[in-house]
Amino acid sequence: MTTRSFGAPVTRNEDARLLSGRALFVDDVELPGMLYAAFLRSNVAHARINSIDVSEARARDGVVAVYTAEDLGDYWAPGPLLVPPPPIKDVIFNQRTQVPLAKDKVRHVGEPLAVVLAETRYLAEDALSDIALDLEPLPAVVDLEKALADTSACVHDGVRGNLAALVRQSRGNYAVARARADRIISRRLLYDHGASSPIETRGVVATWDDRAARLTVWDTTQAPVFLRNGLAGMLGLSERQVRVIAPFVGGGFGPKIMLFYPEEVVIPWAAMKLNRPVKWIEDRLEHFFATTQERGQTHDAEIALSADGRILGVKDIFLHDTGAYNPYGLTVPINSQCTLLGPYVIPNYDSTFRAIFTNKPIVTPYRGAGRQHGVFVIERLLDIAARELNIDRAEIRRRNLIPPDAFPYDNKIIYQDFAPLSYDSGNYEPILDKALEMIGYHHFLAEEQPRLRAQGRHVGVGVVCYVEGTGIGPYEGAKVQVQNNGKVSIATGIGTQGQGHFTVFAQVAADQLGVSVRDIDIVTGDTDQFYWGAGTFASRGAVVAGNAVNEAAKVVRQKILKLAAEHFECAEEDLEIVDGKVSVVGVPGQSIKLGELAARANPMRGAVKPGTEPGLESTQYFGPSGGATASGVHAMIVEVDPQTFTLEVLKYVVVHDCGTVINPLILAGQIHGGVAQGVGNAFYEQLVFDEEGQLLNASLADYLLPTSLEAPRTEIGHTVTPSPLNPLGVKGAGEAGAIPVGPLFAQAIEDALGLAERKIELNEIPLSPTRLFELASQQQ
Amino acid sequence: MTTETHDIAVTVNGKVYKRTVEARLLLSDFVRHDLLLAGTHVGCEHGVCGACTILFDGVAVRSCLMFAAQADGHSLETVEGLAPDPEHLHPLQEAMRDCHGLQCGYCTPGILMTMKAFLEETPSPDEAQVREALSGNLCRCTGYQHIVDAVLLAAERALGSSK
Repeated sequence: MTTRSFGAPVTRNEDARLLSGRALFVDDVELPGMLYAAFLRSNVAHARINSIDVSEARARDGVVAVYTAEDLGDYWAPGPLLVPPPPIKDVIFNQRTQVPLAKDKVRHVGEPLAVVLAETRYLAEDALSDIALDLEPLPAVVDLEKALADTSACVHDGVRGNLAALVRQSRGNYAVARARADRIISRRLLYDHGASSPIETRGVVATWDDRAARLTVWDTTQAPVFLRNGLAGMLGLSERQVRVIAPFVGGGFGPKIMLFYPEEVVIPWAAMKLNRPVKWIEDRLEHFFATTQERGQTHDAEIALSADGRILGVKDIFLHDTGAYNPYGLTVPINSQCTLLGPYVIPNYDSTFRAIFTNKPIVTPYRGAGRQHGVFVIERLLDIAARELNIDRAEIRRRNLIPPDAFPYDNKIIYQDFAPLSYDSGNYEPILDKALEMIGYHHFLAEEQPRLRAQGRHVGVGVVCYVEGTGIGPYEGAKVQVQNNGKVSIATGIGTQGQGHFTVFAQVAADQLGVSVRDIDIVTGDTDQFYWGAGTFASRGAVVAGNAVNEAAKVVRQKILKLAAEHFECAEEDLEIVDGKVSVVGVPGQSIKLGELAARANPMRGAVKPGTEPGLESTQYFGPSGGATASGVHAMIVEVDPQTFTLEVLKYVVVHDCGTVINPLILAGQIHGGVAQGVGNAFYEQLVFDEEGQLLNASLADYLLPTSLEAPRTEIGHTVTPSPLNPLGVKGAGEAGAIPVGPLFAQAIEDALGLAERKIELNEIPLSPTRLFELASQQQ
Repeated sequence: MTTETHDIAVTVNGKVYKRTVEARLLLSDFVRHDLLLAGTHVGCEHGVCGACTILFDGVAVRSCLMFAAQADGHSLETVEGLAPDPEHLHPLQEAMRDCHGLQCGYCTPGILMTMKAFLEETPSPDEAQVREALSGNLCRCTGYQHIVDAVLLAAERALGSSK
């Protein structure tokens, strides 16, 4: 091996299985005697449960059991609070977590009330119609501002004004900054995010082996280890008795990190109670209610500037829709609050949010996890400021960028990982320059746009900046092992949903161990293979687990060299590991295969020196002291059809800095996919709830995901500012593509339609052809 | 409860399967859970996402929108039938791997079947044609760009090798 794997555009180890239909997804698990579950779900958003009569369903042929909350007995309990509130002064937090099956009250459409277990899925669904349900509807809490009123109905009895949380964070003194500002700009900004809509919905298969006294659960989770721990605790089992497998998972994007979903609690319990395997696979309609989503925030924001466009301070007060329960704590609104600061020097900041309970599905992180909302606010304020102060849009951003010598940069507020919001490293201006160059910004404004406008075309440009907090703790681990056949096995606790873990982790280890990426087998998401870990979320897999793999591979390398040096009776410095062999440099024929060394490291007979550890193996853990902050700029040229208000993206550019790049091919894929999700959020996708909390567009025919015709071709540029917080220097990249697309669309569309001249601002996301028509047609 | 059943004989990837099925059994469920050809995936069960696409007498169809009984006497092809043998991939599969045209891989089988039929009809497509043909298959991971690249590459390679 002469070429480095790390940094190369290596094609993926996992692809052959996936391409030939041989990869195992949860719904592919088939077990003898399996039962199939279907859940009866509330069809109203808010109601008291008068009665549930399941007797007729139980009597149906092929139905084995029907359970309601009562049947769960002591097992029934509200779920855990996954993320407690960060240590911010005077936080108000009212914890109300979801329950396995609703008792007394339902709080959103789709909340499960009963479960049917039957011999086939078709029969289980048939039996749902046999259940007699008496619900007494209550007024639904839907609108955020109305929810706060004393006169509003309460989602949770005893939580007046539906206040889930109240958090204020500030730095400096905004009032003083405001008093000396040349310009104050205040706006109301609305940002709504949608359903992550992985093509694979959620699913759970559970089987109890009575003889082995072990429970095995296949789950589409992003967090198998915590699922194992929680299930063991709830079911009164030792953690060793529970194996959770997150096999290939068909897209996660955040909502699959949430636990415990009601189905994750009920299905394993039913499998044990009935002593039969049980499968539940969510259908697409259920997915719109039963899987968590993101939704809207209403920001009343104000920016104070000097005449030359320097930000003196920002004040923001916002409402956050947390849905019917808040098991994920404050992660989403804290991300909004923190990420608003972006790559800019904002010396005075005063931000207050209220999280509001509503009779809608639960809100937990979805790719971006609230960062979008904050980025939209600051980017829109800067656009408006640029216009009012007569400064170029790119220039006003440049003037406010954190300078490269200011890192690590302390924002003096607390982030979602409970640590101070500190940017580890960055160099923002070259990113902006590169993006402007790639999109042809100045040329477009000076020459192209006037020329196209003269032809009657409506073409505009946008440019936005953002940061992304990635790679947060606490930790991940990895076990690296050289096997007797010379191949390397690596196990880690995180799950995988398409990020290329089977390849990037192999790339990290391949260079250390002198083996081909193809000779490294990765196991993820199986708690029997690796015991510890937190999960795949917050763009942290490559950063945290990747560095754990690196640390373990370094130790194994040392073990290889030590053993080989003993074997050849030479110094370790005289050895090299290449092509799966350890060789004495400069002595042809003096080499030993890694597999042979592995066998020697695990002798079957004889004696070993005291303290000898068997095998060429190491388990290491990595926990960063803080998150690694990636950054980037998106730029776009868009044409708007003035008749239909449909868009055509003529050019889309992302320049991104996620530190050292492990695999540029996989990184590009992450960014392309993020941009497509961002485009959906900006212009196509919206969860439309009516006043009664009914979702009006719960199908993929009505909730419009971008297709190959809407997702633009994206050109990517990189700059590299390594993170000092991990030895590989990497930063996460999972969410970067999705975060700034909303404000980019708003800015570029305004430019294309010349809305600024007519004093029309696009201060809401998502837009759509219809909404754009309404907004652009208003008379000012 | 529906109890009406049909005896059917269906050829899948060249092999004949004879089964007795309920009239209401979806073709997608039949392929996945009766024939255990689980490479065909189900994403929406209302004909939008395209994950369950298979070839039905050579035509790309959504197997979630058909009943198993409708396949009686017909010939189907699923993702399991694409590769010539376990050691090799179909040229379209190879191009998908080379271009990183898949991430989670869940939508991939449907895309492969849709694009196989498309390339047979349109062996030398341009990007706009590929995007149009692909627009009935949803993918949430890739942003489609690398899939489009892969289809164009597969077409280019096929033309190159046939010259």
